[in-house]
Amino acid sequence: MSEVAKAGPKPSRRKLLVYAPLGVAAAAGLGFWAMLRGLQDGSFNPRGVPSALLGKPPPDFALPALESSGLPALASTDFRGMPGPVVVNFWASWCPPCIIEHPHLMALQRQGVPVWGVNYKDRARDAQAFLTRHGNPYARLGVDKPGRVAIDWGVYGVPETYILDRNGIIRWRFAGAITPELMAQDIQPLIRRLSAR
Amino acid sequence: MIPELGHFALILAAMLAIAQSILPLWGAQRGDTRLMGSAAPLAVAGFIAITISFAALIWAYVTNDMTVVNVVANSHSAKPMLFKVTGVWGNHEGSLILWVAVLAGCSAAVAAFGAALPSALQARVQAVMGMILLGFLAFIIFTSNPFERIWPPPPDGQGLNPLLQDIGLAIHPPLLYVGYVGYAVTFAFAVAALIEGRVDAAWGRWVRPWSLAAWAFLTMGISIGSWWAYYELGWGGYWFWDPVENASLLPWLAGTALLHSAIVVEKREALKIWTVLLALMAFTLSLLGAFLVRSGVLNSVHSFASDPARGLFILGLLGIYVTGAFALFAWRAPSMAPAGVFAPISREGGIVLNNLLLCSITAVVLVGTLYPLFLDLLTGQMISVGPPFFNAATAPLALPLVMGMAVGPMLAWKRANLWPVLQRLWWVACMALLAFILTLTFAGWHVLSALGFACAFWLICGAAADIADRAGVGRTSLRNALNRARHLPRAAWGAAIAHAGMGVTILGVAGMGLAVEKLVAVPPGGSTQFAGYEWRLEGVRDFIGPNFTARKATITVLRDGRVVHVMEPSKRYFPTGRMTTTEASIRTSVAGDLYAVLGEERANEAGVNEAVLRLHNNPLAPWIWIGAGIMALGAAFSLSDRRIRIAAPARRRKDAEAEASA
Amino acid sequence: MKIFLMPSDAGRAHRRAWLRRVFPSLGHKFRLAAPAALRPDLGGGFWLLALLLLLSAPAFAQIGDTTYRLRDPEQETRAREIGKELRCLVCQNQSIEDSDAPLARDLRRIVREQVELGASNELVIRFVHERYGDFVLLRPPFRWSTLLLWATPALALLGGIFAIWRSRRQANTTGIGPLELTEAERKRLAILQGDQKA
Repeated sequence: MSEVAKAGPKPSRRKLLVYAPLGVAAAAGLGFWAMLRGLQDGSFNPRGVPSALLGKPPPDFALPALESSGLPALASTDFRGMPGPVVVNFWASWCPPCIIEHPHLMALQRQGVPVWGVNYKDRARDAQAFLTRHGNPYARLGVDKPGRVAIDWGVYGVPETYILDRNGIIRWRFAGAITPELMAQDIQPLIRRLSAR
Repeated sequence: MIPELGHFALILAAMLAIAQSILPLWGAQRGDTRLMGSAAPLAVAGFIAITISFAALIWAYVTNDMTVVNVVANSHSAKPMLFKVTGVWGNHEGSLILWVAVLAGCSAAVAAFGAALPSALQARVQAVMGMILLGFLAFIIFTSNPFERIWPPPPDGQGLNPLLQDIGLAIHPPLLYVGYVGYAVTFAFAVAALIEGRVDAAWGRWVRPWSLAAWAFLTMGISIGSWWAYYELGWGGYWFWDPVENASLLPWLAGTALLHSAIVVEKREALKIWTVLLALMAFTLSLLGAFLVRSGVLNSVHSFASDPARGLFILGLLGIYVTGAFALFAWRAPSMAPAGVFAPISREGGIVLNNLLLCSITAVVLVGTLYPLFLDLLTGQMISVGPPFFNAATAPLALPLVMGMAVGPMLAWKRANLWPVLQRLWWVACMALLAFILTLTFAGWHVLSALGFACAFWLICGAAADIADRAGVGRTSLRNALNRARHLPRAAWGAAIAHAGMGVTILGVAGMGLAVEKLVAVPPGGSTQFAGYEWRLEGVRDFIGPNFTARKATITVLRDGRVVHVMEPSKRYFPTGRMTTTEASIRTSVAGDLYAVLGEERANEAGVNEAVLRLHNNPLAPWIWIGAGIMALGAAFSLSDRRIRIAAPARRRKDAEAEASA
Repeated sequence: MKIFLMPSDAGRAHRRAWLRRVFPSLGHKFRLAAPAALRPDLGGGFWLLALLLLLSAPAFAQIGDTTYRLRDPEQETRAREIGKELRCLVCQNQSIEDSDAPLARDLRRIVREQVELGASNELVIRFVHERYGDFVLLRPPFRWSTLLLWATPALALLGGIFAIWRSRRQANTTGIGPLELTEAERKRLAILQGDQKA
């Protein structure tokens, strides 16, 4: 049986070293626990991509109108001097989630919130048919057939919805279809807050 | 009826696991031989119970029992029989049954092959394995039970992802799981040693074969997964440093360090603390991988359907096992006696360097994989950590590692002279340099690939130099040396073969660095020039498979007008899963792979129907996976060496004879 | 917009005008090179099919319209290098070079157009970064928040060396197992042995 003369010159430092794996594991474990809790309540989303344009004005662009709709076109100059917040919605007729979220956009329009749309990589007649069938919430509508303006905005799929304040700064962005929870918890409060000032 | 039997067997196994966790441990603490002796029978009984359960699940799949929820969710009567069986473990619940089956199997194996283990050690090891088994069985029974029923049964199953109906993907999980679970055995040994308070040469001798076996299976599992990604996903790549790929690589890296460290404990009784820590880390990383894949925190195409509630359970298990083991380590490790002293330049020193570099690479891969998650958690920023980071961060660590791999095995134990070893390797260095220069000359200015070729030759020739040195080439006649080489201990051959295998894999990787690609739209009858061949598209036709329809293109590959290959890439459409997959056509040869993928078909501006083809020339690609096979072969060689499996004193005489003739 | 898509001179002029608006410095600084391949006109049906495939199997969508490759091999190589640094946002864990999602294709086009105009690698990557944020970069940016990440190789190595050094000092001072005798001890042993012999 071999005995050990306890530790070397600095016993406390030696102890620190053997406790290191435990410490790291415990910290990581706490972190994972927090992540799982966050996954359950929605605060942690490893698949969501935050917008790079939050707090910034939209990029310069000028999109043509959808002639058959009779709506005015959309350009970056339109965002200046608005009386209140504006909702910008990227959509397409071939996108099923866009159909699902459409009623919420109609509701916003009925409330008096300006809803402006960008038709992404679509055909004019398909877009018109979509609006005729599902309703037209858009006060302005730009057509982005090649999808370049959407790339300038950092859009990576449709539908995506942005909310800008009266000064034309992007305040909020959501990638995906708008849900009732989103309307109640995020969109409506934000619009109220941005209209108030 | 059969699923109920399976369910019952599962619960029975859990009861047995409870007994296995408590009784032998208590017996070892008290020195009660009978209680300690209960470990082996309990382990075997548990294995039988879980086998029955696993067989019941397979039966349910094979007979298309649609009253079992798991079968409905993951199978379909139209699936080919082979894939019905392999589909058993292609989902979360079934894969967990596979996991516990392998775990129980390893436990039974330790009982069966460990007759010569001191009974206290056997008892403690079985107790720890029983605890791990219990945790996973509880997880299955309470949250992920595959035997849940549904009534009335739906008419047919919802099928499986067509990507999983593939032989490569079918055997990849079992191999991986044997690897992961094999490290549970070394974990159990480490914990048992910590409880006992003693790590000695005998312990090292027990740990080594288990870590070798686990490592061999893990190597095969990872390489088959990578090979599957290469031929199935159609982008011509084979490793993306995806978080789930990293999750399988991490235990492999720790396991490689463990493998080498255990040798030092066995031979020199040094590096005890490091070896125990590595044994703990290897299994911890396996469990971490299981957690990351199944919990939903990772953003990956590989993840199983995730569920945070299940993730919490696994995190709990992880917490118990890992913090328990590390707490035990912190308490007991300082009291383990370091015995062997060695000079910095020595075989042990080489293994220390090996450990250092491997552990650093492990740390880099671990941090790189988890960093986006923790950064998102703490600050809300989302970043990506992809191949550019991993390649840049691990290459400077991998290069000295590769350089050391040829030098290390030739150093003497305890104290060695470096210069004579380097002199013996001079011709190896020349070969490496030659490879470097030749690559730059003939393949263009691809520095990284050239470096890769140099490393590959360094390792392969280094392994040859190692064998030659042990056989005494240059010191005696060639015939004598050959004779000696034949009688070298298998472990020596195993090490050389495995190191050479690593070199072969690096050769393949370096060759892939020179890969070229061409994307072209071709009408039927048209052709294009690529990689020195003429590729002529004969046509694209419809094709019906067992559960899919397909568009198949026929491409004739000609060299100088002579037909060399016919390749048939296709696109398959699976109506049940509503998915389309691309089947690449690969023509493998010693020199590399020709790889063709069929893209979309459309009419061009002139109204002619064209097919888009993506053609790759991947030099030396098959050697990547052949190299992995060689590494596993080396491990098998080492395992077949009786010296490291059996601790009988008789071996000393045999050794002495072998060494006398060397 | 139709003109934008066309391979004609007018189309090229439109595309360059768009790029110049985005990159004010580019237009007059770089000599505009001869343009490369053609971009066929794509109908909505194509995108519908692509989206269906995208929705069902993001990583395994078909290959199409990717015959857009730069004619100059050096530029094409550079474009691919840049592409390998950018993440495809819609498919998990692929670069835009590897993925066939429509967004990846669009970004590949944009990368090649800018490389054709002579933009440096940093400029092109910055262009995409400004629009999509840190997530699109496969090589994490150098920032205070990623300091720990980039320092890991060095830290791990240093930490390991420190641990080894400590444990060697440990072993040498606690003196367990076969010991090395110091010079003085060896002399003493010799004297003792010599005494015994005598």
